[in-house]
Amino acid sequence: MSINATLIGQMITFALLVWFTMKYIWPPLFDSLEERKKKISDGLAAAEKGQEEIILAEKKAKGVIKEAKQQSSEIVTLAQKRANEIVEESKDTAKKEGDRLIIAAKAQIEQEIQQAKEGLRQEVADLALSAAEQILGAEIDKAKHQDIVSKVSNQLG
Amino acid sequence: MATEVHAAEGATGYIIHHLTPLHAGEGFWTLHLDTLFFSALLGGLFVWFFKTAADKATAGVPGLVQNFAEMLIEFVDNQVKDSFHGNSKLIAPLALTIFCWVFLWNFMDLFPVDIFPLIGSVMGIEYLRVVPSTDLNATFAMSISVFCLIIFYSIKIKGPWGFAKELMFQPFGPWLLPFNLLLKLVEEIAKPISLALRLFGNLYAGELIFILIALLPWYIQPVLSFPWAIFHILIITLQAFIFMVLTIVYLSMAHEDH
Repeated sequence: MSINATLIGQMITFALLVWFTMKYIWPPLFDSLEERKKKISDGLAAAEKGQEEIILAEKKAKGVIKEAKQQSSEIVTLAQKRANEIVEESKDTAKKEGDRLIIAAKAQIEQEIQQAKEGLRQEVADLALSAAEQILGAEIDKAKHQDIVSKVSNQLG
Repeated sequence: MATEVHAAEGATGYIIHHLTPLHAGEGFWTLHLDTLFFSALLGGLFVWFFKTAADKATAGVPGLVQNFAEMLIEFVDNQVKDSFHGNSKLIAPLALTIFCWVFLWNFMDLFPVDIFPLIGSVMGIEYLRVVPSTDLNATFAMSISVFCLIIFYSIKIKGPWGFAKELMFQPFGPWLLPFNLLLKLVEEIAKPISLALRLFGNLYAGELIFILIALLPWYIQPVLSFPWAIFHILIITLQAFIFMVLTIVYLSMAHEDH
């Protein structure tokens, strides 16, 4: 039970073991632990970030869809408006064209009436003249009584 | 009457035989060869196991060996972080070495008491005591090493004068200097002695009880040695743990500057 030189031998062994552990065992194992901790925490952070990005992207997508819907409804409204306008415009144009045609037709009719009147007047004058010739025989010289003939013809008009 | 005495002598002889180390040399220069051999062997086992783990250490998925080594490393590191607030590259590896080495020493206690002496006697070795922690030399070697570290760090951190001041003026102030000095010296010297004797006492007593159980008739032995062995699993781990934690605490006290 005595204390003896074994003590010194044991102390040397202990010192060697501690030195070896300090130099070759603790650092690599501890570093690998720390590195894994870092890796895991990095991974978790990345996963969280990814999740946040997904939420953000979803929000963005919703916004885009909403905008698109709004735009499309605007476009539809605009198109309807434009269609109405075109219909109105074409109605107007048609009416104007119709009016114009009516006016032109009326003018032509008037003109034709005038022409017919003129023709008739000429004919009547001629008839009257020939009738007068017949009544008066040769007494009436056409050149001599030109004035009277035209007066009559004017009265007929 | 005579036979009884003879039987008692036989039992005493058996116990003494089991508790006598294999030694060489005379006086102070006696060497307990079994203590030296088994503690070196167990130290080698510890270093080999951890070196294997350290060589294959990766930050990726750890293997079985690395996993076990890392479990111990993390356990020791937590203990160090709990009590020690300084920054030291030595203390955590020191604690790991103490815990594993003492645990392996103590673990030798769980082998049947007769198996190694039997193997030894076959090989021509008369005495063999396989549990290094039942040798005061082994426990004192460790606690004195720790004590040297305590003194070294006390002087390194506080300075020679700071350490001397702590010894002289605490806890009762400069007017009670001799009393302070006495108290502090006892306190410091009690550290290695209590560390060594606690471990030695527990394991020596445990081993003695195993030997006593081995003296009983064979049909009673399992009934007693089985629960004692199970209880001993707790004791050997606890003693290794206590030695480690107290080392950490003492060294953290040495690092604290008042």
